[in-house]
Amino acid sequence: MIAIIDYKAGNLMSVSNALLRIGADFQVTWKREVLDRADAVIFPGVGHAESAMQALEERDLVSWLQHTTKPVLGICLGMQLLYESSAEGDTRGLGVLPGRLERFDESRGKVPHLGWNAFSELRDHPLLDGLRAEQQMYYVHSYYAPVTGDTVASCDYQLPFTAVAARGNFMGAQFHPEKSGENGEVLLRNFLKMVRG
Amino acid sequence: MLSTRIIPCLDIKNGRTVKGVNFEGLRDAGDPVELARRYSAEGADELVFLDITATNERRKTLIELVRAIAREISIPFTVGGGITSVDEIADLLHAGADKVSLNSSIVRDPDLITRAAARFGSQCIVAALDAKRTNGSWNIFVKAGTEDTGLDTLDWALEVYRRGAGEILLTSMDKDGTKSGFDNDLLSRVSALVPIPLVASGGAGTISHCIDAVQLGKADAVLAASIFHFREIEIHDLKVQMQQSGIPVRLS
Repeated sequence: MIAIIDYKAGNLMSVSNALLRIGADFQVTWKREVLDRADAVIFPGVGHAESAMQALEERDLVSWLQHTTKPVLGICLGMQLLYESSAEGDTRGLGVLPGRLERFDESRGKVPHLGWNAFSELRDHPLLDGLRAEQQMYYVHSYYAPVTGDTVASCDYQLPFTAVAARGNFMGAQFHPEKSGENGEVLLRNFLKMVRG
Repeated sequence: MLSTRIIPCLDIKNGRTVKGVNFEGLRDAGDPVELARRYSAEGADELVFLDITATNERRKTLIELVRAIAREISIPFTVGGGITSVDEIADLLHAGADKVSLNSSIVRDPDLITRAAARFGSQCIVAALDAKRTNGSWNIFVKAGTEDTGLDTLDWALEVYRRGAGEILLTSMDKDGTKSGFDNDLLSRVSALVPIPLVASGGAGTISHCIDAVQLGKADAVLAASIFHFREIEIHDLKVQMQQSGIPVRLS
């Protein structure tokens, strides 16, 4: 069973619908006993980093997320919160990935980066099985994670940034796989396969 | 490269699509869910559903429809039409809409943008602007283009951005329904002024109109209704020709 973390800020319905479409067994929850029982966790999110971290704290999920050894897939803001910090509200994140989110530059192009974009680089990772660089995913974000050693796929808007990050059991996608048509489903199915082993 | 988006717009009344839609092989061309599925398969990058229902049942029917669409399609969609409160936005987003578009209500109550953006994030708040050429500039009109608010479109575009709108859907009332091309003069001015994505609407008749809206109008996305509904233009053909003109698109 996959637990979709419910901390109010999330795009819960979209993620739930995507998992329904691919036939995954899941529960939307923030209860510790359900999380403890889950085989893996999806950590969704849209909105503001600071209020999302507050919601995580209110539901006492910060420490659980930081210390879990289950596979975790952060989506959009959920991915961003895996990092140490964000320029958005100067927020401290979960810190399971090193790095700081920065804001796109309005003088260099429209912000948010909104719409479909391809990958600029793809590394070998089970989450990306079957995906090719030219396949496009749907993005909506104003802040980006710089390319680091944890970047397994990058995208280019104003500059190269992290599209997919992975470090041990922690993974994250900046785009919305649940809104990226068939390409997004490939990534979600890959996550399921990783969970099932 | 970020792709320029192609966005079919569907008018909804009492949970059904309004404009006659000429789709072969559809069991029910009035079913928004089936149309949405079809457009998604044909390569639409997003969809916009504009609810024009004026009855008391409106809200409930719309929520049910949004739920059904969200279950079926895996591309983003926006819902607009008569949305006046943060609670209503919450219901629509919770039902699975990715964005809401706000039009007349934000002219009456500009602070609605601020409140909605603060609660849900700018990424899901689309400001819909209906502009009409008036004495050498463009004024914002409401009530389906019948009432002049006296607001200057450029000033209003800047204000909705400052208040936290994440995107502007700009319809030229002069061009809407004419199939004579977009108002690229207006589009390019708004695009240069406001640093958020701009969706061009009103006037699409041919593929070259859509290309002009991007190259001359500097729009980030092109919205149209009848050219898609009546299959005057296939989304795939449009995208191929846009690509040949040097515009990045998503061809799946």
